[in-house]
Order: sequence, then C-alpha cells, then structure tokens
Amino acid sequence: MWIYEKKLQYPVKVSQCNPMLAKFLIEQYGGADGELAAALRYLNQRYTLPDKVIGLLTDIGTEEFAHLEMIATMIYKLTKDATPEQLKEAGIGDHYASHDKALFYHDASGVPWSASYIQAKGDPIADLYEDIAAEEKARATYQWIIDMSDDPDINDSLAFLREREIVHAQRFKEAVEMLKEDQGKQKYF
Amino acid sequence: MDSFTVRKHYYPYVSPFDPCRPMQVKQYVTPPNLYINYQPPNLPQFTPREALRAGTLWKAFYDPYVSPYKQRE
Amino acid sequence: MAQKQLPKEFYKSMEELQAVDFVILELTLYLDTHPNDEQAIQQFNHMTQVKQHLMYQVEQYYGPLQQFGNSYSGSPWNWKDAPWPWQI
Repeated sequence: MWIYEKKLQYPVKVSQCNPMLAKFLIEQYGGADGELAAALRYLNQRYTLPDKVIGLLTDIGTEEFAHLEMIATMIYKLTKDATPEQLKEAGIGDHYASHDKALFYHDASGVPWSASYIQAKGDPIADLYEDIAAEEKARATYQWIIDMSDDPDINDSLAFLREREIVHAQRFKEAVEMLKEDQGKQKYF
Repeated sequence: MDSFTVRKHYYPYVSPFDPCRPMQVKQYVTPPNLYINYQPPNLPQFTPREALRAGTLWKAFYDPYVSPYKQRE
Repeated sequence: MAQKQLPKEFYKSMEELQAVDFVILELTLYLDTHPNDEQAIQQFNHMTQVKQHLMYQVEQYYGPLQQFGNSYSGSPWNWKDAPWPWQI
C-alpha cells in the first residue's frame, strides 16, 4: 500500500501571477515524459523485474508522485486567482473551456495522457534503458521550461526537479550494472 | 572518476539564406551521471539543507542549469 | 471566515523536515544499489531518528502528517483539516 504524507517534497514557492507558465508546466504533469508517466512506468515495470532492482523502482516511482504533487502545486498557485480573461491571454482559454481551473492529465498542447507513452517490455535491460532515457528526456523538458520562464521561484523548484532526473538516471544505470554483474561480485568502477 | 565537463558545444552550418539571426554556437548538456559509472562510497556530501536546495545529497552529481539563451543576453 | 494561520516557526520546522526527509530519500536510493555500505546505513538510521523528532515538532503546528497509524490524532479529528500542502 501507499501512505500519503501531508507535505511537499520541496518548499515550492510561486511569486508572480503568470498563468502562461502553467501552460508549459502541465507538460510535466500529463505529458509523455512527465511525472505521471514516470511514476506509472516504474511502478508497473517493477512486478516483472529481477528482485534485486524492485526496491529501486518502487522508491523512484514513489518519489515521482511527490514530483507530480510539486508540479500540481505550481499550476494550482499560478492559476487559482487568475481571471478567465487572464487565462485567455495566457493561451489556456481552451483548457478553461473544458476544465475551469481543474488540473487535467494532458500535455502543454492539450493532448490527454496516454499509456502508450510508457512501456513494459518484460526484458530487464530494455525496461531499464527506457527508464534511463525517460529521465534524460524529463531533464531536457525541465531545461526547456526553465529557458522560457523568468520566474526565479518557479525556476528554483524546476532546478530541483531537473537535478532529481540526474540522480535517478544514475541509479537506473547502477541497476543495469547490478544485472550485468556476475554472481557474488561487488564492483565499483 | 576522472575530471569531465558537463556542457559541450558545436558550431552548426550557417547558410546565407537562414531566416533568423544565426546562433553560431549551440550547447548541449552532458550531466555528471554520464561520467560516474557506479557511485563510489564516501563521496563528499552537502549538508541536509544544502542538499534539499541542490536536489542531490552528493556534490559530484550537482549540475546547476543556466539557460544558454539567458547567458547570451 | 476563520482559517488556520500557520506561524512562522511552522515554515521553518517544515523546511527542516523536508531537508532531513530528502537526505533519507537520497540514502534510500543509494542503498538500493549499494546495500553493503555500512556507513550509509548508519547515516540512514541516524537520520530516521532525527526525522521522528522533527515530525513531532511540525505536527505541533500543523496536525498529523501521516495517516494509517503513523501519526496520532488530535480531537476533534484533525487529519482532514486545511491547509493542504499545495495551499500553504
């Protein structure tokens, strides 16, 4: 089971009312390389991976839900007090027409989340290589959003999330090494 | 763990017919995880508060990102 | 309309807890691929103790942080009280 903790992983701050950023941030909410996709990918693959890496996928998958909540917090704060007029100007009138200010699992262009974004091949190497690629793609997405954002507080949270992708990619690489390893040998490179 | 750089540059071909002002240099990121194969034990750590701010406990993985477009301005 | 105001000290304690929890998380992922690192295990167990203490502190201001028997309830039942993490 999972236990919810009533706390964000990182102290998210949002200082400027800039709903335009919400439009871009939603890419990491319901986009192909977003946090939902990441969480569901790892927590689904783990059932058929070798025992020694299940713990890692469980823990990283769980952390991704904490990231999802951070992204949700940013979007929530950026839009909660914006008028429909402001939302229209920010280019999210189409979102508002269907969802008001409710969050929804779609990407920055409004394409709804799809399970076809993620894979579970049943082959440990194929799955872990996909996971490494997913982390690098998410890192890149954070970079492109940071390139477009001039809100220092949002960028602070995005920098945190981007750095987490680096650490996760590292651990997935180590998981591959663990699976390559000959029985009983522990080796650092 | 040898020393390494986390940004690389290349110089794309510039045509006289390119419509936008050419970017002479393009940059891409090669983060530390590409170079640290299997993390060795006892790497230097940040304090808990610094670690939270950095997004990693280990200094070796810290790779702050500055937008190359903002650097250019 | 009466709504719960969180004192300055809450934000300070919460950030301390976030920092300690972050170290615990980082050590967790590290230990998942380095299960024999005794020093990291010691650090993990130590930080877990520190976390208990900080959780207690934060809960004094904020109410229960977890459910399912990991935090004690106030009376009346205060788990469901706002503000939620994305609101503060």
